[in-house]
Amino acid sequence: MMLPLSIAAAHLRSRRRQTLVSVLGVALGVGVFIAVTGLMGGFQSYFRTQMIDSNPHVTITDEVRQPAAQPLAMLHPRAAVAVARILPRDPVRGIANAGEIMAALAAMPGVAVAPTLRGQMLLRRAGRDYAVNAIGIDPVRESAVTTLSRDMRQGSLEALGSRPDGIVIGLALADKMGAALGDTISVATSAGGESALRVVGIFRTGLEQLDTGQVYVALNRQQSMQARPRVINEIHVKLADISRSREVAALAEGRWGYKAAPWEETFARILEVFVLQNVIIYGSTGSILLVAGFGIFNIISTVVSEKARDIAIMRSIGMPRGSVVATFIVEGIAVGVMGVAAGWLLGGAGASVIETFPAPGSTDGEGGTLMVLQSPATYGLAAGIALLSSVVAAWIPARKAARTDPLVIIRGAT
Amino acid sequence: MTAHDVMDGEVLRAEGLGRVLQGAVPVTLVSGVTLGFRPASFSVITGPSGSGKSSLLYLLGLLDVPSSGEVLVGGAATSGLDDAARTRLRLAVFGFVFQFHFLLPEFSVLDNVMLPMRQLGRLKGVAMRARAMALLDSLGMADQALKKPDALSGGQRQRTAVARALANDPQVVLADEPTGSLDTRNAAAVFAVLAGLAGEGRTVIAVTHDEGLAAMAQRRIHLVDGRVVRDGPVGNAAVRR
Ligand SMILES: Nc1ncnc2c1ncn2[C@@H]1O[C@H](COP(=O)(O)OP(=O)(O)O)[C@@H](O)[C@H]1O
Ligand SMILES: [Mg+2]
Repeated sequence: MMLPLSIAAAHLRSRRRQTLVSVLGVALGVGVFIAVTGLMGGFQSYFRTQMIDSNPHVTITDEVRQPAAQPLAMLHPRAAVAVARILPRDPVRGIANAGEIMAALAAMPGVAVAPTLRGQMLLRRAGRDYAVNAIGIDPVRESAVTTLSRDMRQGSLEALGSRPDGIVIGLALADKMGAALGDTISVATSAGGESALRVVGIFRTGLEQLDTGQVYVALNRQQSMQARPRVINEIHVKLADISRSREVAALAEGRWGYKAAPWEETFARILEVFVLQNVIIYGSTGSILLVAGFGIFNIISTVVSEKARDIAIMRSIGMPRGSVVATFIVEGIAVGVMGVAAGWLLGGAGASVIETFPAPGSTDGEGGTLMVLQSPATYGLAAGIALLSSVVAAWIPARKAARTDPLVIIRGAT
Repeated sequence: MTAHDVMDGEVLRAEGLGRVLQGAVPVTLVSGVTLGFRPASFSVITGPSGSGKSSLLYLLGLLDVPSSGEVLVGGAATSGLDDAARTRLRLAVFGFVFQFHFLLPEFSVLDNVMLPMRQLGRLKGVAMRARAMALLDSLGMADQALKKPDALSGGQRQRTAVARALANDPQVVLADEPTGSLDTRNAAAVFAVLAGLAGEGRTVIAVTHDEGLAAMAQRRIHLVDGRVVRDGPVGNAAVRR
């Protein structure tokens, strides 16, 4: 065995208890890092999958990002013309060439489309009103672009096809309204249409926003209730490969001019929250690892001052400065490696325990448990931070030890 | 034995050696010391407490850097060497014994003796062990080889330190009051060992203020206030100037 290695081993062996405490410090840091970031990763990945699957990958709406060129600007192409607050000419225009767009998109490989009409609705039950987002869909085509049919808990989405007065609502909304499958709900729209719809399906996506605020009706029914016959204002696009969402959206927007939002844009706010969440979680759990580094700094500093004599004699016998530094860095790394190994076990065990806990929000009898995302990258990152802080924590006292003049100790001892 | 065949030349030489501690009031530890040491010689440095004996030994052993003058090892100047080169020379050419034994408490007697060999890396494991055992045996320590330093008597610890000093077969053995913490019988035994080393061809330089022990050496160098005041054969100590 190399000399610094065996001296390091001897030092750690002679201070078993303190070594154990430092190892535990690192293990705890690594374990918490793995469990907590894994829990957050699991939550985010669940949320992301749900979000992506229960929504179109690309949504084409009848808005335009750039208002149409105004006559004033066209008249003076070289002048600086700014026209503020341009109102749409025709509030009920919808997507004019929806049929053509859908046919073109559907012809592309790995792309499925569905026409919808989105509009506000007021559900009225037991004297209370519930404002919701109503989407008129063709149930068969909509099933091809979202996993809505998979999320049905009672009834079915297809029932909208056979029952023109049907409505499909979220489980959370149904609970709030006290409505059950088969109940009749009176519905009003801003266009003045008022009618009674029957609950033919109840879905649950797990996303609060959808489960309480979104309802589905047949496309024809929606068009007549919103007084926008034959109008389509939203085309839902599903992609076999979701990573193409930006590309397909840009293509559609470029070709037809209508705003086409990939899911990343639709959920930009939530994705931003994820980023912030990541910063906080990685920052706080990562700092636990740094604190573990202080434990290592502590033990190495103690050993360095306790072993000042040994260092002095080794230096005077002929051990180079580098080997002195190496000895203590090896000690730091040894504590780090033992801590990482124990921390991996601890983190893995912690993750398994967390995975048996019921997921919040699944109190409605879903029986879901928390999901912990355990990736080699997380384990590697934890090990990397822990080992890096071990090396730095050991290096500071090691350098001091190597720089100390052995004569100071030797003179002092005689 | 290796490289002890420079019979004529001096193994170690001090030329106008001086060491001043810089500070608010500069302290002169050693001043104007010129001495040569041949192989197969046993010299003692004597002098009152605080006369600079240890300081001179540290300078000769390249543990300290002189403020003026030069230390020559095997005829080569050392003043231009950096810490790493001086460290290598200490490892290969010098063996040190101090008043305090400085054994590593976690290692056995045998492992302590092998430390300098492992640092030098010239011998393989088995040969290293054999040499360490032979050294311990020659010092009457073979049966203590596997004990930790804590379990030894003072004399045994100091003999272990001597064995460690000899690990890399040094040309020069420097001992700073190696018997300071020993009783008379043990002290005489250690000095007998040192005398024997000179008989093997090594250059042995020991600091002591014990007149009886000093008599066991061939040459006596007497320091007062960091200066050599007498230097000559033991017995009829000649006045130098
Ligand atoms: N680091 C130091 N700072 C101040 N004075 C010192 C230092 N080291 C040694 N001295 C002084 O230098 C003188 C010589 O010391 P030393 O070489 O140890 O003498 P000796 O070994 O002969 O007793 C003594 O007076 C001692 O007190
Ligand atoms: Mg002294």
